[in-house]
Amino acid sequence: MTFPGWIKTSAFYALVSAIVLQAVFPFYYAILTSLESGQSIFDVNYLPQAASLANYWAMISDGVFGKQILNSVFVATVVVFISLFLAVTAAYALSRIRFRGRGLLLLTILSVSMFPQIAVLSGLFEVIRAFGLFNSLWSLVFSYMIFTLPFTVWVLTTFMRKLPVEIEEAAIVDGASSFTIIWRIFLPLMWPAMVTTGLLAFIHAWNEFLFALTFLSTDSQRTVPVAIALISGLSEFEIPWGNIMAASVIVTLPLVVLVLIFQRKIVSGLTAGAVKG
Amino acid sequence: MASNAGISTLSRQRIVSAWLFLTPMLLVLASVAAYPLIRTIYFGFTDASIDLIAEAQWVGFRNYLEYLDYGDGEGEYFGLLVDADWWRAVWNTLRFTIISVFFETLFGLVIALVLNREFRGRSLVRAAVLIPWAIPTIVSAKMWAWMMHDQFGILNDILLRLHIIAEPVAWTASPDTAMLAVLIVDIWKTTPFMALLILAGLQMVPGDIYEAARLDGVGPVRLFRRVTWPLIMPAVLVAIVFRALDALRVFDIIYVLTPNNERTRTMSVFARENLFDFDKFAYGSAASTLLFLIIALLTISFIWATRMNVEADER
Amino acid sequence: MASVELRSVEKSFGSVEVLHDINLSLEKGEFIVFVGPSGCGKSTLLRLIAGLEDITGGELFIDGTCVNSVLPAKRGISMVFQSYALYPHMNVYDNMAFGLEQARLSKHEIDRRVREAAGMLQIEQYLDRKPKQLSGGQRQRVAIGRAITRQPKVFLFDEPLSNLDAALRVDTRIEIARLHKRLTGTTMVYVTHDQVEAMTLADRIVVLNAGRIEQVGTPLELYEQPASRFVAGFIGSPRMNFIEGAEPAAAGVHALGVRPEHLDVSRTEGRWKGTVALVEKLGSDTFIHVTTDTSGMINARAVGNHGFQAGDTVFVTPREGSIHRFNEDGKPVGGPVGGPVAEEGSE
Repeated sequence: MTFPGWIKTSAFYALVSAIVLQAVFPFYYAILTSLESGQSIFDVNYLPQAASLANYWAMISDGVFGKQILNSVFVATVVVFISLFLAVTAAYALSRIRFRGRGLLLLTILSVSMFPQIAVLSGLFEVIRAFGLFNSLWSLVFSYMIFTLPFTVWVLTTFMRKLPVEIEEAAIVDGASSFTIIWRIFLPLMWPAMVTTGLLAFIHAWNEFLFALTFLSTDSQRTVPVAIALISGLSEFEIPWGNIMAASVIVTLPLVVLVLIFQRKIVSGLTAGAVKG
Repeated sequence: MASNAGISTLSRQRIVSAWLFLTPMLLVLASVAAYPLIRTIYFGFTDASIDLIAEAQWVGFRNYLEYLDYGDGEGEYFGLLVDADWWRAVWNTLRFTIISVFFETLFGLVIALVLNREFRGRSLVRAAVLIPWAIPTIVSAKMWAWMMHDQFGILNDILLRLHIIAEPVAWTASPDTAMLAVLIVDIWKTTPFMALLILAGLQMVPGDIYEAARLDGVGPVRLFRRVTWPLIMPAVLVAIVFRALDALRVFDIIYVLTPNNERTRTMSVFARENLFDFDKFAYGSAASTLLFLIIALLTISFIWATRMNVEADER
Repeated sequence: MASVELRSVEKSFGSVEVLHDINLSLEKGEFIVFVGPSGCGKSTLLRLIAGLEDITGGELFIDGTCVNSVLPAKRGISMVFQSYALYPHMNVYDNMAFGLEQARLSKHEIDRRVREAAGMLQIEQYLDRKPKQLSGGQRQRVAIGRAITRQPKVFLFDEPLSNLDAALRVDTRIEIARLHKRLTGTTMVYVTHDQVEAMTLADRIVVLNAGRIEQVGTPLELYEQPASRFVAGFIGSPRMNFIEGAEPAAAGVHALGVRPEHLDVSRTEGRWKGTVALVEKLGSDTFIHVTTDTSGMINARAVGNHGFQAGDTVFVTPREGSIHRFNEDGKPVGGPVGGPVAEEGSE
């Protein structure tokens, strides 16, 4: 059974179009909805009918939402810097120095990255209350280490293994300590990997929901995922979909832009993190 | 004379710095993962309640299984192991995991095969495919909740116009379609991840293998079955396992899209509801412990089955 | 006092022993080459001296001090690596200055030493460049320059020319030889698998095989009086012909060895009769591979061009005093003997 070339080609491009359409449409529709206002939201439109910024204005002038965005930025940024700092030294030890128990340690770190967060939730709740961090953003900075740290350690270890041994040995002969080797020799060679890993950790922290829902209790402390999940109207029938969509677009657009800019690096980071068999 | 055998200052110094470098990370992991895990398991054996954590009393297996003797020869079992709600949550989780991972792999494979071909605008298509992955889970859940709205949702509008359904469906609210709704959103959101991992596997297949097969006159279907698939299968399997472990702990999408729906309540949702909403902190901890055990068993068997060599060879 | 001395040095990786009982004494200012087939342990031995590997047993002295447990940077050594191992993100100047900064030298002193080394190697005009803007040969000079600035007592080279193309390799080899003359009093230890490098550079060569020292000697000593069949076969190109079987047995030894350049080929008469199997014409020389009737395959080297063709019947004859004799352990028996006529029992 052979088909003429043009049928094959059209079928292929039909498939490509279907793939692109399903990937893009929901976000397109969210933007479309966010630009409508009043009752027109409840008419189903496939093409933009309005370009009203009323929903965006409503979210921004709210005040709390702006604070919540800052909360998310703060938590994700601090988490990224702390985990990169801890991970880069740990990754050096795990990738470059032979010592007993290294394999076991790597396995442990890998298993922690597969930890179900719910399994530590009650214990973590106790720890956070004991430290007086409940309803503080630091509770998230602390608890997010459970997934960002194993991930960054794992990816950076994979990456550092590939750096040439002789450069490190040259530095040893030159009298550099392990710390100097990391900071003066390896780090400058690793910044692409650091950027990728940091970006992925940032996205992960930015999107996290369960801990943020559990450890923060007041509106002004919340991060954006929880904020968006909890936007509600006066009753079930008054859910402000326009506002929700506007908020969604605000918190998603930067991510989409970042991901599109760094897409090649992200793909390599993901594969290093996940497919390592 | 200096001792001759043994390790030099260099090795000793490097091992010392290794542990020095590892200690902060290990301390953080211990306090954020190991200790809380142990406490969670402990709470599962106590009568802890959320406001009285400190006064928790040891109660043995009572949260898991307890026989209450009514004194007249009759009695009843209580506890997590005989809780129908818990087992429904386990079943929901497994069903969700198997179906979502299956379709994510299938669609991911199709998309990866498409992206592995040379065609005009490929990089644009790849960028478009990444968009669902870049959108936060909560946001995708909300976007789809709006698209699936029973009265004003565009999904019903499309399906009505195409005469696939006769009347609007309450996707997220109706017990019959709630799981379907969750699956649609999860598959939509996670397929790009699978596609990327499979694509990475595909791109490691050397091009001259295809050239050789073409010279041998092998057709495309046979080429995929006999050449491509065996070569990418290891990467796909690892991707499936990672996705499955992720799907087993699913929480946010269900919590936001179909709250309080027993047809979609998964183990994680069940545990969190008991911990913080129903004031059954100890019971929720027991559920968390069971969830952890299930995932740990699966992880260990995975590591064992693939004999994963984490200590890659060097030098 | 020896510059570098190894006493019963041993090295194991896990349960695998890769160096056995190495005893060696290097004089100050000497150019020593470690040579041997891959896997013989020559690079490991160099890395032991550098301190990049631990010594499992025995003692290592540099300038009379036992340095078994001294850090590489404190041993007074410099090393030039096979892949140059320049720091890719630093310019040439910083590459050369890095080790001196670690040693906390004054800025002024660092600058003086870097410029002096750069002048010696004629790389002053590249000081601001990054390694990737340099050619292979220039990178190699920077790597050598970086080693010079440390003013080491011992200079270690780990196959430094193997990444260069053939022409550049010769130039750099000559340059290293010149450098050794300039840096009087600096001991140089050089690892290579290329015997031409070994023969041309070395004051003394150390031949290693399977983790043991086979022979230590000047290039000509190794060529003329190989201490073992292994050395005889390893040194010299093309390699020595070995004849086993009835012929050496008749002379009371296990094998006879004769170098291709010590053989004459004639169409009419000679010691070993045979058929030409292959002729390789290099212009300056001709290699004639002969399948002899009695003594197996023999390769002869003739200067200039010759009209031999495959299939020709020829006679091959060793020159006076060119036959090496080896017993079953591969040890030489007496000095080289022999000539046109077999001299049975001439011992």
